[in-house]
Amino acid sequence: MSMEIPEGMQLINSEGRRLDGRRPDELRPIKIEAGVLRRADGSAYVEMGKNKILAAVYGPRECHPRHLQDPTRAIVQCNYSMLSFSVDERKRPGPDRRSIEISKIIGEALEHVIFLEQFPRTSIDVYIAVLQANAGTRCAGLTAASVALADAGIPMRDLVPACAAGKIAGKVVLDLMKEEDNYGEADLPLAYIPRTGEILLLQMDGHMTQEEFERAIELAKGGCMKIYELQKEALRRRYSVAADEAMLREETREV
Amino acid sequence: MRPGNGIYRQGGSYFSSRLGLKVFRGGFVDIVPLSGKYVPVPGDEIIGTVTDITPTNWLLDINSPYPGVLHVSETPWKIDFGATARYLDIGDNVTARVLSVDESRHVQITMRDRDLKKLKGGTTVDIAASKVPRVIGKNGSMIDMLKRYSGCRIIVGRNGRIWIEGEVDKMLLLIKAIRMIDEEAQKHGLTDRVKMMLEASA
Repeated sequence: MSMEIPEGMQLINSEGRRLDGRRPDELRPIKIEAGVLRRADGSAYVEMGKNKILAAVYGPRECHPRHLQDPTRAIVQCNYSMLSFSVDERKRPGPDRRSIEISKIIGEALEHVIFLEQFPRTSIDVYIAVLQANAGTRCAGLTAASVALADAGIPMRDLVPACAAGKIAGKVVLDLMKEEDNYGEADLPLAYIPRTGEILLLQMDGHMTQEEFERAIELAKGGCMKIYELQKEALRRRYSVAADEAMLREETREV
Repeated sequence: MRPGNGIYRQGGSYFSSRLGLKVFRGGFVDIVPLSGKYVPVPGDEIIGTVTDITPTNWLLDINSPYPGVLHVSETPWKIDFGATARYLDIGDNVTARVLSVDESRHVQITMRDRDLKKLKGGTTVDIAASKVPRVIGKNGSMIDMLKRYSGCRIIVGRNGRIWIEGEVDKMLLLIKAIRMIDEEAQKHGLTDRVKMMLEASA
């Protein structure tokens, strides 16, 4: 957080607009596509502003290495990696402290929505590749991973949308882009289950007051709801099911 | 109306747990999944592929997260200890039946029944197990059509593995048709579209 702001850069201008012209409560343009890879059991591609992310899901499949397998439930093995060309300066490929952490938190968020007990002794492998990064990749990665899981036909409680809120130039805003993340005061990625309101992932970098924090959570939840709709739409498009014969996942119905 | 397969309950409401189509049948609401792995159910007739051999067992890939175990006593043959590889080798396909599945999903399969046999030659195509009914069609309409147009022998396993055998170019056409069924299983007028495709390529 808070590197020196370059001279003349205004994170929020006099009209209340951000660097890319967004209002404080606006998401970057989002594109989600399900089922983009042939060889994986499920896959998804997400663009969130300048972020470009691919997620692939394999499984449930036999768990390797064997000692990790659980006789009562499936395990989730998540691998988040930023490709070497995803950032301005070439990134050294391979796992580093940051990507190991992100793999862990995304995997744990997904563990709470998948019905793991239906597939004892197996592993569900999730691979997230960041092709291009522009802040908020963990959220976009989780958004993509959950669409890929649904595409793979894995039983889940709900889809998981994720997005960040933060504080820049003293104001709480939604979905930070790279400059805002670098020169802002705080960043708060959040993922939650829209139907139950349970929070699956929450981190904070930087400082906010309690009021600002609460405002940021509300903003991020609002962003998640919009992403959730786009996720469902992407799955519908993938199977191009006519509305009348479709029962898309998670539609509430009293039986 | 009662909740059936693919539905879970939370706080007095019912939700779908997976991506699929909602179907009403026999007083139940079921979700027919559009994708996903095969989950073995005792009694299912399946096609397995040998992946590993021990002196008393074969391990078969049954298009599911779990391998199927075929014991020598569950085959139609009289096999001496250690002679397993002479009967079924790695890569061989067989038709078999799921005998039992325990709570940690150890799967036993059997070949001791008429019609269950080793499949010689041919090749296999895997599709989502939930789409097997579409390959067969109403009263076998789809599979009859596939056989008629391709002249191939076709055996469909409940696990989504399909064994086909015939002339090479006919088999390639048939694989294309099966892939099409897998891709478009949820759409209306599937049989007609597959027929058009087969006629156009014939």
